[in-house]
Amino acid sequence: MTAISGWGRYPINDTEMIHPRTVDAARRATVQANPGIARGNGRAYGDAAVGVRQTIEMAHLNRMRAFDPRTGQLTVEAGLLLTDLIATFLPRGFFPYVVPGTSFITVGGAIAADVHGKNHHCQGGFGQYVENILLVLPTGETIGASREEHPDLFRATIGGMGLTGTILEATIRLRPIETGWIRQRTFVADDLDTTIGALECGDSATYSVAWIDCLARGARLGRSLIFLGEHAALHHLGERHVANRFPLRKPSMSMPVDAPSFVLNRWTAAAFNELYFRAGARKAASSTLVPTHPYFFPLDALGNWNRMYGRRGFVEHQSVLPIKNAQTTLAEMLDRIAKRGESAFLAVLKKLGAGSGSLSFPMPGYTLALDFPIERGLFSVLDELDELVVAAGGRLYLAKDARQSRATFEAGYSDLSFFSEVRRTVDPAGKLKSRLAERLLI
Amino acid sequence: MAAAEKAVLILGGTSDIGRATALAFAQSQWTVRLAGRSLADLQREADDISVRTGRQVTAHPFDVLDTDSFTVFVNALPDLPDVVISVVGLLGEQPRAETDLDHAKEILRTNYEGPALILRVFAEQFLGRGYGSIVGVSSVAGDRGRGSNYFYGSAKAGFSAFLSGLRNRLAINSSIQVMTVKPGFVRTKMAEHRKLPPLITATPAEVGEAILGGLNRRRDVIYVRSIWFFVMLIIRLMPERIFKRLKL
Ligand SMILES: Cc1cc2nc3c(=O)[nH]c(=O)nc-3n(C[C@H](O)[C@H](O)[C@H](O)COP(=O)(O)OP(=O)(O)OC[C@H]3O[C@@H](n4cnc5c(N)ncnc54)[C@H](O)[C@@H]3O)c2cc1C
Ligand SMILES: NC(=O)c1ccc[n+]([C@@H]2O[C@H](COP(=O)([O-])OP(=O)(O)OC[C@H]3O[C@@H](n4cnc5c(N)ncnc54)[C@H](OP(=O)(O)O)[C@@H]3O)[C@@H](O)[C@H]2O)c1
Repeated sequence: MTAISGWGRYPINDTEMIHPRTVDAARRATVQANPGIARGNGRAYGDAAVGVRQTIEMAHLNRMRAFDPRTGQLTVEAGLLLTDLIATFLPRGFFPYVVPGTSFITVGGAIAADVHGKNHHCQGGFGQYVENILLVLPTGETIGASREEHPDLFRATIGGMGLTGTILEATIRLRPIETGWIRQRTFVADDLDTTIGALECGDSATYSVAWIDCLARGARLGRSLIFLGEHAALHHLGERHVANRFPLRKPSMSMPVDAPSFVLNRWTAAAFNELYFRAGARKAASSTLVPTHPYFFPLDALGNWNRMYGRRGFVEHQSVLPIKNAQTTLAEMLDRIAKRGESAFLAVLKKLGAGSGSLSFPMPGYTLALDFPIERGLFSVLDELDELVVAAGGRLYLAKDARQSRATFEAGYSDLSFFSEVRRTVDPAGKLKSRLAERLLI
Repeated sequence: MAAAEKAVLILGGTSDIGRATALAFAQSQWTVRLAGRSLADLQREADDISVRTGRQVTAHPFDVLDTDSFTVFVNALPDLPDVVISVVGLLGEQPRAETDLDHAKEILRTNYEGPALILRVFAEQFLGRGYGSIVGVSSVAGDRGRGSNYFYGSAKAGFSAFLSGLRNRLAINSSIQVMTVKPGFVRTKMAEHRKLPPLITATPAEVGEAILGGLNRRRDVIYVRSIWFFVMLIIRLMPERIFKRLKL
């Protein structure tokens, strides 16, 4: 038995770790689960990748199988890390259509959570670029699923959090890129209306995200830095950049021990927010060229920064609100947090489009992600936020969740009955179960 | 050297060290041939390396214990490679080898007899052609026998002695290089659950780079992390009277 958790280091559960080295071994582990779940690189924050009994770690299944440079189609084993994929293909002029805020996730995890990037409002989620999934069911049957073959299973597996079977291999489509640089523009938005307005205009930008200073109150509630980005074409590069057309960077630092719990509290969070905002504001309205890694994965350079939150761990509250209610509910949520003085360290707002899986998180609307160190009283504040989300017709992201209630979950995911139906067919004995699935009765 | 058109054959291509070595050569534009027992496992590695590097990588069935098949194996290769590297080995289980004759035999044959005899075939063919490089992955365990792994260690000692003898014979007027590699601790699946001291533990990728670099610099014997040279120097110099009482 090993005690493991997700990235937020809360909750911690005992589980038996299985480390398959071959596709066959992963198949056997899936059949023998009683119950268990696949785990990618453990970057989901809560308990999604922790099995009730067994946890099948897919990291060793990291081989590339085939690549067609004409179509950009790449077939890989599910344990391949995006960082490995990018290091291999960026220098050859290819990049995933969708990347989340860290490159240390597996292709299997990206499919199972149908992860979204800063381009979701215009280009959709990771699942949209999956052509084919090779899946092993707990019955031992191996199935190829795509939009044409077993379409129901395909739709349930994208965003299905590992609960429809273990993904062994997948074929995804990569996008051709001319350079590894991003043209970034930064704006300051003084309040929530301006922030939302800027993200609406940002519809024309491929990548857009707002970093919100969630300690600002009153008239400045919702003030933010808006980051827009585009892949730079060759003609956008200066001489200096052309010499380094596909820049790559490796993680350089890591947090060797847990920071004491007092390091991140409401005062340090306030100081950080203020400094970050000022630094961003100084660069505002300028357009700069940024290499791919620091643009998409700024935190990856910090190694295991989750230790910064200390022993008690932290949770991320990520919700999505349908467009029509977004503005008022967001204002209400930010106001609650500011009033309670809760120390959200990071607050990110982004526009989403529709999701492609039946349990996918995205829906057309705005998603707000808030990181909180775990402190007494936090969960009741989060419960209040949940009520606002539910009332607005929104939902919470399962890949970030460690604590929502069944009621919140049920209210948010309208395709749940379709998903459950597929799950009953492929896993009648209930051999696949994560702590998340157990908690939410999925 | 310009690597274009050059081919390396790796015996034991499914091991972590073999795979990392293959990747290092393919990234330097070599054609790679992988040999081992399971064609399916080899093909998986071959596909992976080929997708990652765009180089041609082929798979060839080979069992180091089947010494009678060696000539046929070598003749069936698409060409005589420029470099052959034996990564084949078996750590085995020392306590089991003490009571189970077959297991003891398997360890001795996999680490010494088989690798020495297959490299012998390549040595003669390279001599006939006039050039070629031979690399044997041995082990520091062969530098001095220890109670905890002396079946493995003695076989590696035999393999190291074979390589040094071959090198000695070929050093005089021939352009055939023979290199012995002693990796020290390596973070591979063999050692997955062991706590290894980071300072003296190499990654498989480091071993691959060391082999490629060692060939380019025409080295004879390499310790992947040079600290191992000093560690083993001390271990070798220790008087037997003291050494035999240590729990190693
Ligand atoms: C710093 C940071 C930033 C992030 N930013 C974003 C973001 O911008 N957008 C976003 O969408 N997400 C984001 N995430 C969340 C992260 O992308 C997802 O949680 C992702 O699923 C993690 O992938 P993983 O390989 O670590 O999988 P894990 O966390 O190990 O598993 C996640 C889920 O996938 C399932 N799973 C994993 N592998 C398989 C498989 N082979 N077969 C079947 N099921 C499998 C697991 O059972 C689990 O339910 C971020 C996370 C971090 C730490
Ligand atoms: N790991 C370390 O710390 C370490 C340290 C020093 C030296 N070494 C040496 O490095 C080499 C590789 O080790 P590793 O750690 O990567 O271990 P490994 O994975 O166990 O590698 C052993 C390799 O030998 C092959 N092999 C075994 N028996 C064979 C046979 N009868 N015929 C053909 N191939 C056979 C295996 O192929 P199959 O896939 O067919 O089994 C595998 O490719 C070994 O020689 C080992 O002694 C390792």
